[in-house]
Amino acid sequence: MAGLVPAIQIFPHRCCKKTRHACDKSRHDALKDHPMTDVVWKPLLREPTAWNRLRVNRDWLGLWFMLPAAAFLLLFLAYPLGLGIWLSFTDARIGRSGNFVGIENYVWLWDDSVFWLSVFNTVLYTSVASVFKFAIGLYLALLLNQHMPFKAIIRAIVLIPFIVPTVLSAIAFWWIFDSQFSIVSWSLRKLGLIATNIDFLGDTWNARWSVIFANIWRGVPFVAITLLAGLQTVSPSLYEAATIDGASRWQIFRHITYPLLTPIIAVVMTFSVLFTFTDFQLIWVLTRGGPANATHLMATLGYQRAIGGGYLGEGSAIATAMIPFLLAAILISWFGLQRRKWQQGESND
Amino acid sequence: MTDAVAPKVADPRTVLHGSSAVADHTEGMSYLQTLPRRLVTLYLPLSIILLVLLFPFYWMALTAIKPDEQLLDLERFNPFWTWTPTLKHFQKLLFETHYPLWLWNTMFVAVGATILSIVSSVLAAYAIVRLRYKGAQWVGGAIFLAYLVPPSILFIPLSSVVFQYGLFDTPFALIMTYPTILIPFSTWLLMGYFKTIPFELEECALIDGASRWQILTKIVLPLAVPGLISAFIFCFTLCWNEFIYALTFLSTTSQKTVPVAIVNEFVDGDIYRWGSLMAGALAGSLPLVVLYAFFVEHYVSAMTGAVKE
Repeated sequence: MAGLVPAIQIFPHRCCKKTRHACDKSRHDALKDHPMTDVVWKPLLREPTAWNRLRVNRDWLGLWFMLPAAAFLLLFLAYPLGLGIWLSFTDARIGRSGNFVGIENYVWLWDDSVFWLSVFNTVLYTSVASVFKFAIGLYLALLLNQHMPFKAIIRAIVLIPFIVPTVLSAIAFWWIFDSQFSIVSWSLRKLGLIATNIDFLGDTWNARWSVIFANIWRGVPFVAITLLAGLQTVSPSLYEAATIDGASRWQIFRHITYPLLTPIIAVVMTFSVLFTFTDFQLIWVLTRGGPANATHLMATLGYQRAIGGGYLGEGSAIATAMIPFLLAAILISWFGLQRRKWQQGESND
Repeated sequence: MTDAVAPKVADPRTVLHGSSAVADHTEGMSYLQTLPRRLVTLYLPLSIILLVLLFPFYWMALTAIKPDEQLLDLERFNPFWTWTPTLKHFQKLLFETHYPLWLWNTMFVAVGATILSIVSSVLAAYAIVRLRYKGAQWVGGAIFLAYLVPPSILFIPLSSVVFQYGLFDTPFALIMTYPTILIPFSTWLLMGYFKTIPFELEECALIDGASRWQILTKIVLPLAVPGLISAFIFCFTLCWNEFIYALTFLSTTSQKTVPVAIVNEFVDGDIYRWGSLMAGALAGSLPLVVLYAFFVEHYVSAMTGAVKE
């Protein structure tokens, strides 16, 4: 029995909360049975203090680890997002905090033909550019997925338009689309296809197609490389089996490649639509919304009204009006993904 | 959503080099196609697309080194080539404008914002993936949603916020606001990397008495170096690329970043501005292209990682 007491001394911390009373009781009984013992009960390891307990608490630690990121996102993202919606209900100007005016800004925008023109432009810009980006990007990904010499270098080169800052490549396009010295006009003239220079950015529809082209040019590499990453996960044995079964190239694409690629297509196209819809840089460099507001997107119109004109409230209303469109885009792709999962028989998590 | 897509994205190494999921370096089924057929279905369309993708850069570089009189005279000189290259435009850029200062501003802002974002993201990603505190999944989802909030709907209220905080027209306006774009992206990227590190390593360290901080700095971070490099260079590229915040929050010429300065300061009525404009665009793109040349695989992994969610 004598051995029992030191054992308890050495491992007092072994007693977890629920059994500590029992432990103390057994120790007490042990001491009672041996009244002569004069061992001083002194734990070798201290009881964990409240501070020590807190130091290994997941929630407490998690709070501190999240603090820097949360501070940035709350101060410079969540707060401005709320403030923007609030500003859209006020008549704030630059340098003057506004009064609450209800939905006056929205009523004003509802009757504003320029606003509706910008909505039309944005939808046209986004839909045409996204469709072409997807088609060309998928085609390019399929080409790049084939066996060829210098494969790695070619794939690396394809991504360059994505790396170079948009504004700087847009300036190159500005020069290419110049009304007098455009190299495209010059080449077409030399080939005898046109008689006079094309006014790329001065004519309503020419300007629209020109900015859409520049946007497609800039977006194709991203779509192509991400879809290529998806293509690489498709097992070659599926293609071999289909070939042996006599499938045509179109059938192989339609029934093997496309279904396996659908989840990644949904994600890539969500991002693509999102960034095209909110585009600002390209338009600002190439046309600043002109000619006659023909290429104004909602983002550029918002900038012009809020920062250029100083009407923060009205600009915020235009920016806020973009949110429903963005939500729709996100939800569509989200449910697209969910449907795929359900078809594959996976559980939703 | 996360798990559905994650395993479907290939390793960046195979994206660039491999031909398929099984990187066996064989030709696969391509031997079934004859050379003429490959010429028409593969090489011809590929070279057309590559030509269109690269032509603006060729044109940019050519314009930057052409003498002025050749720039605007398309009849006497062949516009596609020049035999008398000149560095005059670069000289004008470096010695007659604030260009070096703008480059420095851009670099300073990009490095500052990137470091702040990476530090915050490492901590956040580790906490979400490994501490798994109460509600970590929800926070992860919220951060993904933050990724979807575009700068175009934030810049108007942010400009008044920046003004309230007294940061207007200083580099710190950008250093503090860029992380809102970078943190969601790099947190998601790093979460993917941290998930691949075996849990057992951490358990061993915990048993040996390591604190969470020691585990993070001595075990997790050294193993996640490729992810850190990807996040770093991609954030740096995004910062260099950013335009709308820099346009809105900076007004003094000497404070501007390269993209804003080129658009605003070079565009005067001068008909001969094209040479220096293109030289400026070229010099502004060059740092990123050089960085890209060295870290191609990391860029690709960052891009596919971003889509992985």
